[in-house]
Amino acid sequence: MNRVFWNRWGLILILLLIFPLTILLPRFGIINPYIDLVLKYIGINIILTVSLNLVNGYMGEFSVGHAGFMAIGAYVASLLTVWLFPRAAGPFLFPVALLAGGVAAGIAGLGIAFPSFRTRGDYLAIVTLAFNMIIKSVLENLDAIGGPRGFMGMEKLTTLWWVYIWVIITVFLARNYVFSNFGRGVLSIREDEIASGLVSVNTRQVKVLTFVFSAFLAGIAGGLFAHELQFINPRSFTILKSTDMLVMVYLGGIGSLGGSILGATVFTVVMEGLRTVLQQIGISQEWRLVVAPLMLILLMIFRPYGIMGLREFRFLIPRKERPEALNEFRKQIHASKGGKEALT
Amino acid sequence: MTLLYIERLSHNFGGLRAVQDFNLELQPGELVAIIGPNGAGKTTVFNLITGVYIPTEGRIKLNGEDLIGHKPHEIISRGIARTFQTIRLFKELTVLDNVRIAHYSRAGYSQWDALLRLPRFTGQEDRVRREALELLDIFGMADLAEATSKNLPYGQQRRLEIARALATRPSLLLLDEPAAGMNPAEVERLMETILWIRREFQLTILLIEHQMRVVMGIAERIKVLDFGQTIAEGTPTEIQNDPRVIEAYLGEEAA
Amino acid sequence: MEFYIQQTLNALQVGSVYALIALGYTMVYGILTMINFAHGDIFMVSTYIAFFFSTMLLGALAGLNPILAFVATLLVAMFGTALLAVIIERLAYKPLRTAPRISAVITALGVGLFLENFMVAFKPVGPAPRFLPALIPAINYNIGGVTVSTIQIVIILVSALVMILLDVIVRRTMVGMAMRAISWDKFIVPLMGVPVDRIISLTFALGASIAAVGGTLYGMAYTIDPYMGIRIGWWAFISAVVGGIGNIRGAMIGGFILGFVEIFTPVFLPSTYRDFVAFSLLLVLLIFRPTGILGRPMAQKV
Repeated sequence: MNRVFWNRWGLILILLLIFPLTILLPRFGIINPYIDLVLKYIGINIILTVSLNLVNGYMGEFSVGHAGFMAIGAYVASLLTVWLFPRAAGPFLFPVALLAGGVAAGIAGLGIAFPSFRTRGDYLAIVTLAFNMIIKSVLENLDAIGGPRGFMGMEKLTTLWWVYIWVIITVFLARNYVFSNFGRGVLSIREDEIASGLVSVNTRQVKVLTFVFSAFLAGIAGGLFAHELQFINPRSFTILKSTDMLVMVYLGGIGSLGGSILGATVFTVVMEGLRTVLQQIGISQEWRLVVAPLMLILLMIFRPYGIMGLREFRFLIPRKERPEALNEFRKQIHASKGGKEALT
Repeated sequence: MTLLYIERLSHNFGGLRAVQDFNLELQPGELVAIIGPNGAGKTTVFNLITGVYIPTEGRIKLNGEDLIGHKPHEIISRGIARTFQTIRLFKELTVLDNVRIAHYSRAGYSQWDALLRLPRFTGQEDRVRREALELLDIFGMADLAEATSKNLPYGQQRRLEIARALATRPSLLLLDEPAAGMNPAEVERLMETILWIRREFQLTILLIEHQMRVVMGIAERIKVLDFGQTIAEGTPTEIQNDPRVIEAYLGEEAA
Repeated sequence: MEFYIQQTLNALQVGSVYALIALGYTMVYGILTMINFAHGDIFMVSTYIAFFFSTMLLGALAGLNPILAFVATLLVAMFGTALLAVIIERLAYKPLRTAPRISAVITALGVGLFLENFMVAFKPVGPAPRFLPALIPAINYNIGGVTVSTIQIVIILVSALVMILLDVIVRRTMVGMAMRAISWDKFIVPLMGVPVDRIISLTFALGASIAAVGGTLYGMAYTIDPYMGIRIGWWAFISAVVGGIGNIRGAMIGGFILGFVEIFTPVFLPSTYRDFVAFSLLLVLLIFRPTGILGRPMAQKV
């Protein structure tokens, strides 16, 4: 098989080959339930990190309230599977519930997009923070869905293969978005918002699309999270959760999908590994919670762009955007112009 | 047929009158320069035309259509492009992306096409890539397409800014001190570039410039601003001999 | 009628504490245009310094003059908290002064959570709520149906005194003038011989010691726990934004407004709606008047 073939189909083949493993490995106990759980968390965290990276890393806006979007997705999806959908149809309607959660979160994202027209930077950070707090407060005051006690009764619908599929969908959509006209608009807002408008970018449109898309993804992750834990309460979605997302984004690398995957994976593994280590040496588990903020501080001081900041793995770049493809285009253009006068 | 029509344009910042009673009519194909000392309100005029500021008073029309109250990106899409006094490239992005961003309003596909990679996306994206590379090729920068724009030498960054402006397909190009910070050889090359793009892209050009060599060399008509007011207007020869101009502006350099 | 007078008094008491903490947010923002999200947790740490010192002091010297004990605790808390704030500033914020503004904000968020989680995990502190020993004997006076306690009087009076003092410092002294100068222009002022680094550290120290006054006073009236940095801190932060962040008098006004929101929300709504009301107020304000009540608008250079 030649290189062209692998370039085009290699990644898809690998992803297809892994898929049966995500069903079979947990099914036949080849990986134990704990590993299965950690893998699912990694997947959910990848979705969350991609979501936050779109806003904070690519667009250069600043959200510290993404746990709010996650909460909306989690609650909406859970309410649907527990109250509305017949139990037997649960597994089949699960994607519908997740999508509904994502859409609900997306609508909330629309609400955050509007203040971002006028304010940015730390002021927008406060807006998103207030949003996060309000969501939590509203959930605590809605007794019908459990109030501060939380909501339960969901079946364990979040399987490894579902997480796998949603991670692929997320990364695929995000990649398509980032490497498009809209994605370039997003980048231009990060670089220089005023110049962006002055080269014809409709900055409001870009902000709305990005916030809605990002919130949608966070909502999906929330739904998956809820159907893994089978229990959610408003305290699961505080600023602490948002901070975890920030750590993953700035650890892996801003403005990078590869970085998001890396950041989520490393962070999840480190936090879980720490659990075992602390247990072994007999230190209280509460010290785990000190690690994430400490990582965030050190990252900001020593490596503010993260491991993969502003760079991308080759396999995540669309084929036509890779260097050799651009070279080909360049040659064609040069040839077709022939002797036409060019500026020297 | 007037391309750009500006009537009694005024703008205040707080109590400060940055621009006062500014009038201008541009015919298609003209190359007009605005000169004046620092703080005379020249860049403010550009910001008013492109919708960054909303004028306190006055009218701005492009091809008879009112521009005031429109957002910058709408005004740009109607055929006005500009460069900046201090370079404002998208620094961390590649040369190619800098130019492609300027295709935003003409991308020709929706977010759904993009998210799902529908055929319309692929087709239009190929076109945008080709057009951008062609433009870069014209400017002799196609080989730099993947370079990060902040790594380009200064003169190249200036050229890229012009290329990026042209990618929006303007009929009117506003150049804000394009020769700032250039050495004499670069200035010479810039003057050729400006005249060349005017011919090749059928542009009307409005230019702010401090370097008299550029202004006197290529402008057909000159407006002189001082403290927000127009103090003189005419051909380069007329301006050079105008006593008010010599006092307000050229006098500075002569002294 | 008595009910409303009573509640107003309570609102003044809570509002004073909010105002004292809000001052720290606003001073740092004024000088560095940086939101020091860790400030609420610095306040939390100050209450623990007051707790440990006063417990030790009264343990060693039972029967100490209450005023002496109170003043000693206050001073130690102020000094210890100021030291903590300066260390944080030097280690975590200073390296980021030339970085994008948002990096410092994220770091501050990290520092705040670090302090909180550290105090939870740190055995001598732990998550359980605690009481400060009674520094001042709590005596309740009944004036025409309104209950006034000595502690309430001390809180309101000491807060007022500190605020007046700060206002004088900022408006009348060389240090205050230097602070205001730096807030206008960070790049020119150093050229005029103002020791910017020292003034910035001093601002953090001053803000933290005022928070420590608030912390000690708060600890005298309520229980303390490691999570109150978030609970009280965010409210104080909203106070600063409501008053106009960067504006010292605004922070005082904001503190009292939030004090009234806290006390009077339960009159009209279930008390669990307090956070909802406060953050909605913040959101509405940010959208319609981002500069707060007394803040100056931000200019944008094109």
